[in-house]
Amino acid sequence: MNFEELLPILAQSTGETLQMVAMATLLTAVFGLPLGVLLVTADRGGLTPAPAFKAVLGAVVNIGRSLPFIVLMVAVIPFTRLVTGTTIGTVAAVVPLTLGAVPFFARLVETALRGVDREVVEAAQAMGARRLAIVGKVLLPESLPGLVAGLTVTIVALIGYSAMAGAIGGGGLGDLAVRYGYQRFDTGVMIITVVLLIVIVQFVQSLGDLVARRLDKK
Amino acid sequence: MIELRQLRKVYANGVVALDGVDLSVREGEILGVLGRSGAGKSTLLRCVNLLERPTSGTVTVDGRELSALGRGELRAARQRIGMIHQHFALLSSRTVAGNAAFPLEIAGVPRDQRAARVRELLELVGLADKAAAVPAQLSGGQKQRVGIARALAAGPSVLLSDEATSALDPATTQSILALLRRLNTELGLTILLITHEMQVVKSICDSVAIMSDGRIEEAGRITDLIATPGAALTREIFPLPEPAPPGTVTVTFAGQADEPVMSSLVRKFDVDVNVLGGSLEELRGAPVGRLRVRIEGKGAADALGYLTGLGLLVEVA
Repeated sequence: MNFEELLPILAQSTGETLQMVAMATLLTAVFGLPLGVLLVTADRGGLTPAPAFKAVLGAVVNIGRSLPFIVLMVAVIPFTRLVTGTTIGTVAAVVPLTLGAVPFFARLVETALRGVDREVVEAAQAMGARRLAIVGKVLLPESLPGLVAGLTVTIVALIGYSAMAGAIGGGGLGDLAVRYGYQRFDTGVMIITVVLLIVIVQFVQSLGDLVARRLDKK
Repeated sequence: MIELRQLRKVYANGVVALDGVDLSVREGEILGVLGRSGAGKSTLLRCVNLLERPTSGTVTVDGRELSALGRGELRAARQRIGMIHQHFALLSSRTVAGNAAFPLEIAGVPRDQRAARVRELLELVGLADKAAAVPAQLSGGQKQRVGIARALAAGPSVLLSDEATSALDPATTQSILALLRRLNTELGLTILLITHEMQVVKSICDSVAIMSDGRIEEAGRITDLIATPGAALTREIFPLPEPAPPGTVTVTFAGQADEPVMSSLVRKFDVDVNVLGGSLEELRGAPVGRLRVRIEGKGAADALGYLTGLGLLVEVA
Protein backbone atom coordinates (compact mmCIF):
# COMPACT_ATOMS: atom_id res chain seq x y z
CA MET A 1 0.00 0.00 0.00
CA ASN A 2 1.44 3.36 -0.91
CA PHE A 3 1.39 6.42 1.28
CA GLU A 4 -1.50 8.21 -0.51
CA GLU A 5 -3.75 5.22 0.07
CA LEU A 6 -2.61 4.78 3.63
CA LEU A 7 -2.96 8.34 4.85
CA PRO A 8 -6.77 8.58 5.01
CA ILE A 9 -6.99 5.15 6.63
CA LEU A 10 -4.33 6.13 9.12
CA ALA A 11 -6.09 9.38 9.91
CA GLN A 12 -9.40 7.63 10.40
CA SER A 13 -7.90 4.96 12.64
CA THR A 14 -6.09 7.52 14.76
CA GLY A 15 -9.32 9.47 15.07
CA GLU A 16 -11.17 6.34 16.19
CA THR A 17 -8.53 5.54 18.78
CA LEU A 18 -8.59 9.06 20.15
CA GLN A 19 -12.39 9.09 20.18
CA MET A 20 -12.62 5.77 22.03
CA VAL A 21 -9.97 6.78 24.52
CA ALA A 22 -11.43 10.25 25.09
CA MET A 23 -14.96 8.98 25.70
CA ALA A 24 -13.79 6.12 27.89
CA THR A 25 -11.52 8.47 29.88
CA LEU A 26 -14.36 10.85 30.55
CA LEU A 27 -16.69 8.08 31.71
CA THR A 28 -13.93 6.44 33.73
CA ALA A 29 -13.29 9.69 35.57
CA VAL A 30 -17.01 10.20 36.19
CA PHE A 31 -17.52 6.72 37.68
CA GLY A 32 -14.06 5.92 38.98
CA LEU A 33 -13.56 9.05 41.07
CA PRO A 34 -16.61 8.60 43.32
CA LEU A 35 -15.84 4.89 43.55
CA GLY A 36 -12.30 5.65 44.70
CA VAL A 37 -13.61 8.19 47.22
CA LEU A 38 -16.04 5.61 48.61
CA LEU A 39 -13.24 3.06 48.95
CA VAL A 40 -11.50 5.53 51.27
CA THR A 41 -14.40 7.05 53.19
CA ALA A 42 -16.14 3.72 53.84
CA ASP A 43 -13.07 2.47 55.65
CA ARG A 44 -13.16 1.67 59.33
CA GLY A 45 -12.07 4.99 60.79
CA GLY A 46 -12.96 6.80 57.55
CA LEU A 47 -15.39 9.68 57.15
CA THR A 48 -18.40 7.41 56.64
CA PRO A 49 -17.35 4.07 58.12
CA ALA A 50 -19.17 1.15 56.50
CA PRO A 51 -16.82 -1.86 56.64
CA ALA A 52 -19.29 -4.34 55.12
CA PHE A 53 -20.09 -2.04 52.21
CA LYS A 54 -16.40 -1.37 51.72
CA ALA A 55 -15.66 -5.12 51.64
CA VAL A 56 -18.27 -5.70 48.93
CA LEU A 57 -17.08 -2.69 46.97
CA GLY A 58 -13.47 -3.81 47.23
CA ALA A 59 -14.38 -7.31 46.05
CA VAL A 60 -16.27 -5.96 43.02
CA VAL A 61 -13.36 -3.73 42.12
CA ASN A 62 -10.95 -6.65 42.46
CA ILE A 63 -13.09 -8.83 40.19
CA GLY A 64 -13.04 -6.07 37.59
CA ARG A 65 -9.29 -5.79 37.96
CA SER A 66 -8.58 -9.49 37.74
CA LEU A 67 -10.28 -10.08 34.38
CA PRO A 68 -7.94 -9.78 31.39
CA PHE A 69 -9.35 -7.03 29.20
CA ILE A 70 -9.91 -9.28 26.23
CA VAL A 71 -12.04 -11.61 28.38
CA LEU A 72 -13.96 -8.77 29.97
CA MET A 73 -14.67 -7.34 26.55
CA VAL A 74 -16.28 -10.53 25.33
CA ALA A 75 -18.00 -11.25 28.64
CA VAL A 76 -19.84 -7.91 28.72
CA ILE A 77 -21.12 -8.12 25.14
CA PRO A 78 -24.77 -8.50 26.27
CA PHE A 79 -24.41 -5.45 28.50
CA THR A 80 -22.78 -3.50 25.69
CA ARG A 81 -25.73 -4.35 23.42
CA LEU A 82 -28.13 -3.25 26.14
CA VAL A 83 -26.44 0.13 26.54
CA THR A 84 -25.50 1.04 22.97
CA GLY A 85 -27.79 -1.19 20.93
CA THR A 86 -24.83 -2.66 19.10
CA THR A 87 -21.63 -4.57 19.81
CA ILE A 88 -19.61 -3.32 16.88
CA GLY A 89 -17.93 0.02 16.38
CA THR A 90 -16.19 2.74 18.28
CA VAL A 91 -19.09 3.69 20.54
CA ALA A 92 -19.75 0.06 21.47
CA ALA A 93 -16.07 -0.33 22.36
CA VAL A 94 -16.36 2.48 24.89
CA VAL A 95 -18.51 0.29 27.14
CA PRO A 96 -15.94 -2.46 27.84
CA LEU A 97 -13.16 0.12 27.87
CA THR A 98 -14.92 2.06 30.62
CA LEU A 99 -15.79 -1.09 32.58
CA GLY A 100 -12.18 -2.19 32.40
CA ALA A 101 -10.71 1.17 33.40
CA VAL A 102 -13.10 2.20 36.21
CA PRO A 103 -11.83 -0.31 38.81
CA PHE A 104 -8.25 0.40 37.77
CA PHE A 105 -8.69 4.15 38.16
CA ALA A 106 -10.71 3.75 41.37
CA ARG A 107 -7.76 1.97 43.01
CA LEU A 108 -5.41 4.73 41.89
CA VAL A 109 -7.82 7.34 43.30
CA GLU A 110 -7.92 5.38 46.54
CA THR A 111 -4.12 5.38 46.78
CA ALA A 112 -3.92 9.10 46.02
CA LEU A 113 -6.53 9.97 48.66
CA ARG A 114 -4.81 7.84 51.27
CA GLY A 115 -1.75 10.01 50.78
CA VAL A 116 -3.59 12.99 52.27
CA ASP A 117 -2.30 13.81 55.75
CA ARG A 118 -4.68 12.45 58.40
CA GLU A 119 -4.03 15.47 60.60
CA VAL A 120 -5.32 17.77 57.85
CA VAL A 121 -8.58 15.82 57.61
CA GLU A 122 -8.93 15.98 61.37
CA ALA A 123 -8.25 19.70 61.34
CA ALA A 124 -11.20 20.12 58.97
CA GLN A 125 -13.37 17.94 61.21
CA ALA A 126 -12.32 20.03 64.20
CA MET A 127 -13.51 23.12 62.31
CA GLY A 128 -16.94 21.59 61.97
CA ALA A 129 -16.73 20.79 58.24
CA ARG A 130 -19.40 18.57 56.69
CA ARG A 131 -18.17 15.29 55.27
CA LEU A 132 -18.95 16.39 51.74
CA ALA A 133 -16.93 19.57 52.33
CA ILE A 134 -14.03 17.47 53.60
CA VAL A 135 -14.09 15.42 50.40
CA GLY A 136 -14.50 18.47 48.15
CA LYS A 137 -12.26 20.95 49.95
CA VAL A 138 -9.63 18.72 51.53
CA LEU A 139 -9.31 15.21 50.11
CA LEU A 140 -9.66 15.98 46.41
CA PRO A 141 -7.69 19.27 46.21
CA GLU A 142 -4.91 17.91 48.42
CA SER A 143 -4.52 14.78 46.30
CA LEU A 144 -4.96 16.50 42.94
CA PRO A 145 -1.40 15.88 41.69
CA GLY A 146 -1.81 12.19 42.52
CA LEU A 147 -5.23 12.08 40.85
CA VAL A 148 -3.82 13.61 37.66
CA ALA A 149 -0.95 11.11 37.69
CA GLY A 150 -3.48 8.29 38.18
CA LEU A 151 -5.65 9.54 35.33
CA THR A 152 -2.58 9.72 33.08
CA VAL A 153 -1.71 6.09 33.81
CA THR A 154 -5.34 5.19 33.16
CA ILE A 155 -5.36 6.94 29.78
CA VAL A 156 -2.22 5.08 28.76
CA ALA A 157 -3.84 1.80 29.81
CA LEU A 158 -6.96 2.77 27.84
CA ILE A 159 -4.86 3.34 24.73
CA GLY A 160 -3.57 -0.19 25.17
CA TYR A 161 -7.07 -1.60 25.76
CA SER A 162 -8.40 0.31 22.77
CA ALA A 163 -6.03 -1.61 20.49
CA MET A 164 -7.63 -4.82 21.74
CA ALA A 165 -11.10 -3.39 21.26
CA GLY A 166 -10.18 -3.20 17.62
CA ALA A 167 -10.24 -6.98 17.55
CA ILE A 168 -14.01 -6.99 18.11
CA GLY A 169 -14.72 -4.31 15.58
CA GLY A 170 -13.97 -1.21 17.57
CA GLY A 171 -11.71 0.18 14.91
CA GLY A 172 -8.71 2.30 15.74
CA LEU A 173 -4.96 1.92 15.34
CA GLY A 174 -4.85 -1.54 16.89
CA ASP A 175 -7.39 -2.78 14.39
CA LEU A 176 -5.35 -1.22 11.57
CA ALA A 177 -2.15 -2.89 12.75
CA VAL A 178 -3.83 -6.29 12.95
CA ARG A 179 -5.69 -6.13 9.62
CA TYR A 180 -3.00 -4.56 7.47
CA GLY A 181 0.24 -5.11 9.32
CA TYR A 182 -0.39 -8.66 10.49
CA GLN A 183 -2.98 -10.26 8.22
CA ARG A 184 -1.67 -8.65 5.00
CA PHE A 185 1.99 -8.81 6.02
CA ASP A 186 2.34 -5.07 5.42
CA THR A 187 5.35 -4.31 7.63
CA GLY A 188 5.25 -0.61 6.70
CA VAL A 189 1.75 -0.18 8.15
CA MET A 190 2.75 -2.15 11.22
CA ILE A 191 5.73 0.11 11.88
CA ILE A 192 3.76 3.29 11.30
CA THR A 193 0.94 2.31 13.67
CA VAL A 194 3.38 1.20 16.33
CA VAL A 195 5.27 4.49 16.06
CA LEU A 196 2.01 6.43 16.20
CA LEU A 197 0.90 4.58 19.33
CA ILE A 198 4.26 5.23 20.96
CA VAL A 199 4.06 8.94 20.10
CA ILE A 200 0.53 9.23 21.50
CA VAL A 201 1.45 7.45 24.74
CA GLN A 202 4.59 9.55 25.16
CA PHE A 203 2.61 12.72 24.60
CA VAL A 204 -0.11 11.78 27.08
CA GLN A 205 2.42 10.74 29.72
CA SER A 206 4.53 13.90 29.33
CA LEU A 207 1.48 16.14 29.46
CA GLY A 208 0.18 14.32 32.53
CA ASP A 209 3.54 14.60 34.28
CA LEU A 210 3.72 18.29 33.49
CA VAL A 211 0.23 19.03 34.82
CA ALA A 212 0.80 16.93 37.95
CA ARG A 213 4.05 18.77 38.62
CA ARG A 214 2.42 22.16 38.17
CA LEU A 215 -0.34 21.24 40.61
CA ASP A 216 2.03 19.96 43.27
CA LYS A 217 2.52 22.75 45.81
CA LYS A 218 4.37 20.64 48.35
CA MET B 1 -15.23 27.70 80.04
CA ILE B 2 -14.26 24.06 79.57
CA GLU B 3 -15.54 21.45 82.00
CA LEU B 4 -14.50 17.83 81.79
CA ARG B 5 -16.28 15.48 84.17
CA GLN B 6 -15.27 11.90 84.91
CA LEU B 7 -13.87 11.46 81.45
CA ARG B 8 -12.89 7.92 80.56
CA LYS B 9 -11.56 6.71 77.26
CA VAL B 10 -10.88 3.05 76.67
CA TYR B 11 -9.68 2.14 73.21
CA ALA B 12 -10.86 -0.95 71.37
CA ASN B 13 -7.54 -2.66 72.13
CA GLY B 14 -8.20 -2.27 75.86
CA VAL B 15 -5.78 0.59 76.47
CA VAL B 16 -7.16 2.99 79.06
CA ALA B 17 -6.10 6.42 77.78
CA LEU B 18 -8.19 8.46 80.21
CA ASP B 19 -9.04 7.07 83.60
CA GLY B 20 -11.59 9.41 85.14
CA VAL B 21 -10.37 12.90 84.34
CA ASP B 22 -11.93 16.01 85.90
CA LEU B 23 -10.66 19.34 84.65
CA SER B 24 -11.94 22.90 84.57
CA VAL B 25 -10.50 25.63 82.43
CA ARG B 26 -11.60 29.07 83.59
CA GLU B 27 -12.62 31.73 81.12
CA GLY B 28 -9.69 33.79 79.87
CA GLU B 29 -6.94 31.60 81.32
CA ILE B 30 -4.23 29.55 79.71
CA LEU B 31 -4.16 26.05 81.12
CA GLY B 32 -1.34 23.71 80.23
CA VAL B 33 -1.69 19.95 80.49
CA LEU B 34 1.79 18.63 81.10
CA GLY B 35 2.79 15.03 80.76
CA ARG B 36 5.05 12.54 79.06
CA SER B 37 4.05 10.94 75.79
CA GLY B 38 1.50 8.23 76.43
CA ALA B 39 0.13 10.00 79.50
CA GLY B 40 -3.18 10.54 77.72
CA LYS B 41 -2.94 14.29 77.20
CA SER B 42 -3.48 14.09 73.46
CA THR B 43 -6.59 11.96 73.96
CA LEU B 44 -7.76 14.46 76.56
CA LEU B 45 -7.45 17.38 74.15
CA ARG B 46 -9.14 15.48 71.33
CA CYS B 47 -12.04 14.66 73.62
CA VAL B 48 -12.72 18.37 74.15
CA ASN B 49 -13.93 18.86 70.57
CA LEU B 50 -14.97 15.23 70.33
CA LEU B 51 -12.52 14.25 67.63
CA GLU B 52 -12.30 11.38 70.07
CA ARG B 53 -15.53 10.15 71.65
CA PRO B 54 -15.04 9.57 75.37
CA THR B 55 -16.20 6.16 76.56
CA SER B 56 -17.98 7.89 79.42
CA GLY B 57 -18.10 11.29 81.08
CA THR B 58 -19.17 14.72 79.90
CA VAL B 59 -17.55 17.53 77.99
CA THR B 60 -18.95 21.03 78.41
CA VAL B 61 -17.59 24.00 76.49
CA ASP B 62 -18.96 27.51 76.95
CA GLY B 63 -22.01 26.17 78.75
CA ARG B 64 -22.97 23.56 76.15
CA GLU B 65 -22.57 19.89 76.80
CA LEU B 66 -20.89 18.80 73.58
CA SER B 67 -21.04 15.13 74.42
CA ALA B 68 -24.86 15.35 74.28
CA LEU B 69 -25.11 17.11 70.90
CA GLY B 70 -26.21 15.61 67.60
CA ARG B 71 -23.99 15.64 64.53
CA GLY B 72 -25.22 18.96 63.12
CA GLU B 73 -25.16 20.77 66.44
CA LEU B 74 -21.70 19.43 67.17
CA ARG B 75 -20.47 20.81 63.83
CA ALA B 76 -21.82 24.24 64.76
CA ALA B 77 -20.25 24.02 68.22
CA ARG B 78 -16.90 23.00 66.75
CA GLN B 79 -16.84 26.17 64.66
CA ARG B 80 -16.57 28.05 67.96
CA ILE B 81 -13.53 26.03 69.09
CA GLY B 82 -10.23 26.75 67.38
CA MET B 83 -7.48 24.15 67.24
CA ILE B 84 -3.81 24.27 66.35
CA HIS B 85 -1.71 21.22 65.64
CA GLN B 86 1.82 19.98 66.18
CA HIS B 87 2.48 19.57 62.45
CA PHE B 88 0.34 22.58 61.53
CA ALA B 89 -2.15 20.56 59.42
CA LEU B 90 -2.33 23.21 56.71
CA LEU B 91 -3.78 22.55 53.28
CA SER B 92 -0.71 22.32 51.07
CA SER B 93 -2.71 23.12 47.94
CA ARG B 94 -3.95 26.45 49.28
CA THR B 95 -2.24 29.76 49.85
CA VAL B 96 -1.80 31.26 53.29
CA ALA B 97 -4.90 33.39 52.71
CA GLY B 98 -6.79 30.35 51.43
CA ASN B 99 -5.92 28.40 54.56
CA ALA B 100 -7.05 31.21 56.83
CA ALA B 101 -10.28 31.49 54.84
CA PHE B 102 -11.07 27.79 55.14
CA PRO B 103 -13.11 27.86 58.38
CA LEU B 104 -15.00 30.87 57.03
CA GLU B 105 -15.99 28.89 53.93
CA ILE B 106 -17.19 26.09 56.16
CA ALA B 107 -19.17 28.54 58.27
CA GLY B 108 -20.75 29.93 55.10
CA VAL B 109 -19.32 33.45 55.34
CA PRO B 110 -19.80 35.33 52.02
CA ARG B 111 -16.74 35.78 49.84
CA ASP B 112 -16.31 39.57 50.21
CA GLN B 113 -16.49 39.36 54.00
CA ARG B 114 -14.03 36.48 53.95
CA ALA B 115 -11.35 38.54 52.21
CA ALA B 116 -11.59 41.35 54.75
CA ARG B 117 -11.52 38.95 57.69
CA VAL B 118 -8.51 37.08 56.27
CA ARG B 119 -6.56 40.35 55.92
CA GLU B 120 -7.36 41.15 59.52
CA LEU B 121 -6.26 37.68 60.69
CA LEU B 122 -2.98 37.71 58.80
CA GLU B 123 -2.30 41.18 60.19
CA LEU B 124 -2.96 39.83 63.67
CA VAL B 125 -0.40 37.02 63.36
CA GLY B 126 2.12 39.14 61.44
CA LEU B 127 1.89 37.42 58.07
CA ALA B 128 0.14 40.08 55.98
CA ASP B 129 2.96 39.99 53.41
CA LYS B 130 2.73 36.22 52.96
CA ALA B 131 -0.94 36.02 51.93
CA ALA B 132 -0.16 34.61 48.48
CA ALA B 133 2.53 32.14 49.56
CA VAL B 134 1.85 28.42 49.85
CA PRO B 135 2.75 26.56 53.08
CA ALA B 136 5.77 24.85 51.47
CA GLN B 137 7.41 28.27 51.13
CA LEU B 138 7.08 29.06 54.84
CA SER B 139 9.24 28.32 57.87
CA GLY B 140 7.85 26.23 60.71
CA GLY B 141 7.07 29.27 62.82
CA GLN B 142 5.27 30.95 59.93
CA LYS B 143 3.26 27.80 59.29
CA GLN B 144 2.12 27.76 62.90
CA ARG B 145 1.14 31.42 62.60
CA VAL B 146 -1.05 30.45 59.66
CA GLY B 147 -2.44 27.65 61.82
CA ILE B 148 -3.26 30.19 64.52
CA ALA B 149 -4.84 32.61 62.05
CA ARG B 150 -6.98 29.76 60.74
CA ALA B 151 -7.95 28.64 64.23
CA LEU B 152 -9.11 32.15 65.07
CA ALA B 153 -10.92 32.81 61.79
CA ALA B 154 -14.41 31.97 62.96
CA GLY B 155 -13.97 33.96 66.18
CA PRO B 156 -13.79 31.08 68.66
CA SER B 157 -13.99 31.57 72.41
CA VAL B 158 -11.65 28.66 73.05
CA LEU B 159 -8.37 27.60 71.49
CA LEU B 160 -7.03 24.06 71.78
CA SER B 161 -3.34 23.63 71.19
CA ASP B 162 -1.99 20.16 70.46
CA GLU B 163 1.77 20.35 71.11
CA ALA B 164 1.80 23.44 68.89
CA THR B 165 5.45 24.27 69.51
CA SER B 166 6.93 20.78 69.73
CA ALA B 167 8.14 20.83 66.15
CA LEU B 168 9.74 24.27 66.47
CA ASP B 169 13.16 25.49 67.58
CA PRO B 170 13.47 27.30 70.94
CA ALA B 171 13.51 30.85 69.55
CA THR B 172 10.50 30.20 67.31
CA THR B 173 8.75 28.46 70.19
CA GLN B 174 9.13 31.60 72.28
CA SER B 175 7.70 33.82 69.54
CA ILE B 176 4.70 31.54 69.06
CA LEU B 177 4.12 31.39 72.81
CA ALA B 178 4.34 35.18 72.98
CA LEU B 179 1.72 35.37 70.23
CA LEU B 180 -0.59 33.00 72.11
CA ARG B 181 -0.17 35.05 75.26
CA ARG B 182 -0.96 38.24 73.37
CA LEU B 183 -4.10 36.71 71.84
CA ASN B 184 -5.11 35.53 75.30
CA THR B 185 -4.79 39.05 76.69
CA GLU B 186 -6.12 41.02 73.73
CA LEU B 187 -9.00 38.79 72.70
CA GLY B 188 -9.74 37.23 76.07
CA LEU B 189 -9.18 33.86 74.43
CA THR B 190 -9.30 30.83 76.70
CA ILE B 191 -6.49 28.45 75.80
CA LEU B 192 -6.15 24.77 76.66
CA LEU B 193 -2.80 23.46 75.57
CA ILE B 194 -1.05 20.17 75.94
CA THR B 195 2.70 19.91 76.02
CA HIS B 196 5.54 17.77 77.26
CA GLU B 197 7.74 20.84 77.67
CA MET B 198 7.92 22.48 81.08
CA GLN B 199 9.25 25.57 79.31
CA VAL B 200 5.84 26.13 77.69
CA VAL B 201 4.07 25.93 81.04
CA LYS B 202 6.60 28.25 82.64
CA SER B 203 6.36 30.90 79.97
CA ILE B 204 2.66 31.30 79.36
CA CYS B 205 0.39 29.17 81.52
CA ASP B 206 -1.77 30.53 84.33
CA SER B 207 -2.76 27.05 85.42
CA VAL B 208 -1.37 23.61 84.95
CA ALA B 209 -2.59 20.04 85.10
CA ILE B 210 0.02 17.35 85.45
CA MET B 211 -1.00 14.10 83.82
CA SER B 212 0.31 10.59 83.94
CA ASP B 213 -1.24 7.21 83.16
CA GLY B 214 -4.54 8.72 82.10
CA ARG B 215 -5.06 10.59 85.35
CA ILE B 216 -4.53 14.14 86.46
CA GLU B 217 -2.07 14.09 89.34
CA GLU B 218 -2.52 17.68 90.33
CA ALA B 219 -4.09 20.75 88.84
CA GLY B 220 -4.48 24.36 89.75
CA ARG B 221 -3.09 27.86 89.37
CA ILE B 222 0.67 27.72 89.15
CA THR B 223 1.12 30.30 91.89
CA ASP B 224 -1.16 28.28 94.18
CA LEU B 225 0.59 25.01 93.44
CA ILE B 226 4.00 26.43 94.14
CA ALA B 227 2.74 27.56 97.56
CA THR B 228 1.49 24.03 98.27
CA PRO B 229 3.82 21.69 100.18
CA GLY B 230 4.89 18.63 98.22
CA ALA B 231 3.49 19.79 94.88
CA ALA B 232 4.74 17.70 91.98
CA LEU B 233 4.89 20.85 89.85
CA THR B 234 7.45 22.44 92.17
CA ARG B 235 9.65 19.35 92.01
CA GLU B 236 9.36 19.33 88.21
CA ILE B 237 10.22 23.00 87.79
CA PHE B 238 12.99 23.03 90.38
CA PRO B 239 14.62 19.64 90.35
CA LEU B 240 16.54 18.98 93.54
CA PRO B 241 17.67 15.58 94.83
CA GLU B 242 14.64 13.78 96.29
CA PRO B 243 13.93 12.86 98.96
CA ALA B 244 15.54 15.74 100.76
CA PRO B 245 18.32 14.62 103.13
CA PRO B 246 17.32 14.69 106.83
CA GLY B 247 18.01 17.96 108.57
CA THR B 248 17.75 20.05 105.42
CA VAL B 249 15.25 22.80 104.76
CA THR B 250 13.75 23.47 101.34
CA VAL B 251 12.48 26.98 100.82
CA THR B 252 10.29 27.92 97.86
CA PHE B 253 9.81 31.60 97.22
CA ALA B 254 7.79 33.49 94.65
CA GLY B 255 8.32 37.18 94.01
CA GLN B 256 10.49 37.83 97.08
CA ALA B 257 13.69 36.85 95.33
CA ASP B 258 15.18 40.33 95.31
CA GLU B 259 15.16 40.58 99.11
CA PRO B 260 18.38 39.49 100.86
CA VAL B 261 16.48 36.87 102.86
CA MET B 262 19.35 34.53 103.63
CA SER B 263 21.82 37.17 104.73
CA SER B 264 19.28 38.79 107.04
CA LEU B 265 18.62 35.34 108.44
CA VAL B 266 22.28 34.99 109.34
CA ARG B 267 22.42 38.41 110.94
CA LYS B 268 19.16 38.23 112.87
CA PHE B 269 19.33 34.72 114.28
CA ASP B 270 23.03 34.06 114.43
CA VAL B 271 22.82 30.87 112.40
CA ASP B 272 24.98 29.32 109.73
CA VAL B 273 23.26 28.84 106.43
CA ASN B 274 24.79 26.29 104.12
CA VAL B 275 23.31 26.29 100.62
CA LEU B 276 23.10 22.75 99.22
CA GLY B 277 21.34 23.45 95.99
CA GLY B 278 18.72 25.51 94.34
CA SER B 279 17.47 27.17 91.24
CA LEU B 280 15.69 30.28 90.14
CA GLU B 281 13.16 30.44 87.34
CA GLU B 282 11.01 33.05 85.74
CA LEU B 283 7.34 32.12 85.71
CA ARG B 284 5.39 34.48 83.50
CA GLY B 285 8.04 37.12 84.12
CA ALA B 286 8.12 36.85 87.92
CA PRO B 287 11.12 35.26 89.64
CA VAL B 288 10.38 32.07 91.54
CA GLY B 289 13.01 29.98 93.22
CA ARG B 290 13.65 26.97 95.35
CA LEU B 291 16.58 26.68 97.67
CA ARG B 292 17.76 23.75 99.77
CA VAL B 293 19.76 24.77 102.78
CA ARG B 294 21.03 23.47 106.08
CA ILE B 295 20.48 25.92 108.92
CA GLU B 296 22.62 25.38 111.98
CA GLY B 297 22.87 27.24 115.29
CA LYS B 298 20.65 27.78 118.27
CA GLY B 299 18.44 30.28 116.46
CA ALA B 300 17.53 27.74 113.79
CA ALA B 301 13.95 27.19 114.95
CA ASP B 302 13.28 30.92 115.12
CA ALA B 303 14.86 31.35 111.72
CA LEU B 304 12.40 28.87 110.21
CA GLY B 305 9.53 30.71 111.83
CA TYR B 306 10.84 33.94 110.36
CA LEU B 307 10.96 32.44 106.86
CA THR B 308 7.43 31.08 107.16
CA GLY B 309 6.33 34.48 108.41
CA LEU B 310 7.69 36.05 105.22
CA GLY B 311 5.21 33.95 103.26
CA LEU B 312 7.77 31.47 101.96
CA LEU B 313 6.98 27.80 101.68
CA VAL B 314 9.29 26.06 104.15
CA GLU B 315 9.62 22.30 104.06
CA VAL B 316 11.76 20.65 106.72
CA ALA B 317 13.06 17.17 105.97
